[in-house]
Amino acid sequence: MANMRTLTFDAVIVGGGGAGMRAALQLAQSGQNTALISKVFPTRSHTVSAQGGITCAIASADPNDDWRWHMYDTVKGSDYIGDQDAIEYMCSVGPQAVFELEHMGLPFSRTEAGRIYQRPFGGQSKNFGEGGQAARTCAAADRTGHALLHTLYQQNVRCNTNFYNEWYAVDLVTNQDNAVTGVIAISMETGESVYFKAKATVFATGGSGRIYASTTNALINTGDGVGMALRAGFPVQDIEMWQFHPTGIAGAGVLVTEGCRGEGGYLVNKDGERFMERYAPNAKDLAGRDVVARSMMQEILDGRGCGPEGDHVFLKLDHLGEEVLHKRLPGICELAITFAGTDPVKEPIPVVPTCHYMMGGIPTNVHGQALTQGADGNDKVIDGLYAVGEVACVSVHGANRLGGNSLLDLVVFGRAAGLFIEQALKEGIEQRESSESDLERSYNRLNRLENSKDGEDVSKLRKALQTSMQNNFGVFRKGDLMQAGVKELEELRQRIANTHLEDKSAAFNTARIEALELDNLLEVAEATAIAAEGRQESRGAHSRYDFPDRDDENWLAHSIYDPTTKKLGKRQVNFSPKQVDTFQPKVRTY
Amino acid sequence: MLQVSIYRYNPDTDTEPYMKEYQIDTGGKDLMVLDVLSLAKEQDSTIAYRRSCREGVCGSDGMNINGKNGLACITPVSEATGGKGKLVLRPLPGLPVVRDLVVDMTMFYNQYEKIKPYLVNNTPVPPIERLQDPEDRDKLDGLYECILCACCSSSCPSFWWNPEKFIGPAGLLQAYRFIADTRDTMTEQRLSDLDDPFSLFRCRGIMNCVNVCPKGLNPTKAIGHIRNQLLQQGT
Ligand SMILES: Cc1cc2nc3c(=O)[nH]c(=O)nc-3n(C[C@H](O)[C@H](O)[C@H](O)COP(=O)(O)OP(=O)(O)OC[C@H]3O[C@@H](n4cnc5c(N)ncnc54)[C@H](O)[C@@H]3O)c2cc1C
Ligand code: SF4
Ligand code: SF4
Ligand code: FES
Repeated sequence: MANMRTLTFDAVIVGGGGAGMRAALQLAQSGQNTALISKVFPTRSHTVSAQGGITCAIASADPNDDWRWHMYDTVKGSDYIGDQDAIEYMCSVGPQAVFELEHMGLPFSRTEAGRIYQRPFGGQSKNFGEGGQAARTCAAADRTGHALLHTLYQQNVRCNTNFYNEWYAVDLVTNQDNAVTGVIAISMETGESVYFKAKATVFATGGSGRIYASTTNALINTGDGVGMALRAGFPVQDIEMWQFHPTGIAGAGVLVTEGCRGEGGYLVNKDGERFMERYAPNAKDLAGRDVVARSMMQEILDGRGCGPEGDHVFLKLDHLGEEVLHKRLPGICELAITFAGTDPVKEPIPVVPTCHYMMGGIPTNVHGQALTQGADGNDKVIDGLYAVGEVACVSVHGANRLGGNSLLDLVVFGRAAGLFIEQALKEGIEQRESSESDLERSYNRLNRLENSKDGEDVSKLRKALQTSMQNNFGVFRKGDLMQAGVKELEELRQRIANTHLEDKSAAFNTARIEALELDNLLEVAEATAIAAEGRQESRGAHSRYDFPDRDDENWLAHSIYDPTTKKLGKRQVNFSPKQVDTFQPKVRTY
Repeated sequence: MLQVSIYRYNPDTDTEPYMKEYQIDTGGKDLMVLDVLSLAKEQDSTIAYRRSCREGVCGSDGMNINGKNGLACITPVSEATGGKGKLVLRPLPGLPVVRDLVVDMTMFYNQYEKIKPYLVNNTPVPPIERLQDPEDRDKLDGLYECILCACCSSSCPSFWWNPEKFIGPAGLLQAYRFIADTRDTMTEQRLSDLDDPFSLFRCRGIMNCVNVCPKGLNPTKAIGHIRNQLLQQGT
């Protein structure tokens, strides 16, 4: 600790997924002294798994498409707690951000006219819900995330971005004014810890699906950014809002894209009935994800599930024909054969709603500046800290994200944060300083692990945590179960504070990383549990048996979880877009 | 019980690499090799390997499985062992070992960077996307899907012998991905950059790369296309 190296940059970006690399590119292009830290080589980030596409009104499939229609869908999809200023920004700037990706070389699929191919996704409409299904999701076959992430990496190579690959960020460094002065990170290859000191620290650490036992998320999605923010005493917003994707492959958790239904696939129960016609007569299989996931669970609970245990339903694709499947959904065909043992050209895929996306996260404004609440309850910018991508809650997804809107979120707000920081650096923001004892605090966790002599095993505790979350905070939620869940997590906190790191070696010690990740899983899980128990209504992805209705009187609001008191507060939703009239809350049907 | 033999080497504590044996209870199921590794890690937390997506799209867990390079997460044990005998896991050959199954990929990435793996287009930027015929876009299929897992290059004898000078199959596949892209305006330079005795022409057509690519890509074919274009350019 005493002889820890310090590396000084204008900006440090933690995360090399779509959001982090888009921000890094902006800063590298403008010649700022930037470092990008990633715990995996950037193209191994979770963005690579995104399949279906990036939703944006580029008016290719429909020359009359309008970003305001996209905005309407997104506000409705969010069940009205998405911030309308942020959604407006994303939908209106979106086309520019997507065209930029194409100019960078992203190999989008094409229409006969040579434009970017767009497919229908759930929750999309024309003319503010009046004009029927829209096709607004720009795709590179069913490998859009791969194409996007590699393209961004390639452009960063071109601009000589400073990569610190396989470096693991452990904790934020904050000073007595609660300003962020950088992060402590550890080189996985050598085990060395370094203080990355920066005027701007940008979190782009992605999601945290691994708090659940069954998830579509990569093994690295352990919520490190949220964990670090909470440990530093900063709040998170709407963290109870977890999206369960309708079509995770039963048993494996691996995702098959909503694009399957966009291309014409549909869900059937054990009687072969296309049941979504009953739940969402208009949009059917392309209703909001929360709606489809609940309908599927209802079918399963009512005894109409498929398979010997009746614990899943089927996604039928064979009627689309081999040619369409191999052209538009080649990756899905591969995944289904590998993980479900079925060839979708011939047989349906067994699917079940699976934890997929964290709508909540670190609250930010549209420039990516992280926010906390002042004593007066008003927003206060956290000096030196920014967040973009899935770890952030800006909030464009509210209580339920629409498919394809995450990739758009990444590039729009990665870019916006980059632009803002570039400007701020030019105007001259000062570097805040931290003291030895501030650094010492951020180094605590590493110290504890290095000195641990006995204690419990990391993998057992991780399993216990994931099981508790899966059982108590799933698609349908109940007050008593959630209270029990909160208790279980309290106990787990005691035990996790006592984990044992047996292997103390320096070189590529993945046991050390997994122990550090477990602390983050716990932070995210506990925040989720307390927020879910506290939001006494049903809205979007948060669906309670004991409070089955949306309660606009009390809960047309963001929840704010404060880790210092472990209490849930509220924050106003933004209803003031700049270029269009406010979309007023309505009953949400599809 | 599945017998698993794992290559172990920790530079902090070992002077020599060695193979360590594990008995893994697979519950009678045909697991993926990556699942077996995580069960082994529950027994022995010191085993080091890379992994991320666990679905064959991120390229983290390329390793040598019973003698053949592949991705642990999408290789069923039955496929690796032929349904009998033990599972043998070693790091990708030809690259320096950092620890256990983790190799130093620097040489591999350096060769990738050498081919200027980014689209260059010097014409004015249009207000919308650049148009591309679907037929032209189709030319990128089988090229852009590479996940940089290094299974191919680390099975290529020409790459083992000249890792500093021969680009290797993965890099060459990407070189062709940009040569083939009708939106790229640097084709001639890309070709002339490869026109030396080593960068491309060290490929001996041994096809190991094609046999191991977990994404079913064909670097040899791409190398053939580049050769032809170079020959055409020469005449
Ligand atoms: C299977 C699947 C399919 C999807 N398909 C779509 C789709 O079609 N369309 C869509 O819009 N959305 C889709 N999504 C959602 C979308 O892919 C993600 O929300 C998005 O990619 C997240 O990007 P990100 O840049 O925020 O983070 P990620 O891509 O997850 O990257 C996080 C980065 O942070 C780094 N990191 C994390 N912690 C640390 C640490 N402690 N130290 C150092 N580095 C760290 C990681 O190394 C990584 O580089 C999909 C999600 C899944 C699970
Ligand atoms: S075909 Fe060429 S690149 Fe492929 S393994 Fe053989 S020598 Fe290497
Ligand atoms: S060509 Fe295939 S084997 Fe080689 S790096 Fe790419 S995906 Fe891996
Ligand atoms: S873990 Fe991503 S390819 Fe195997």
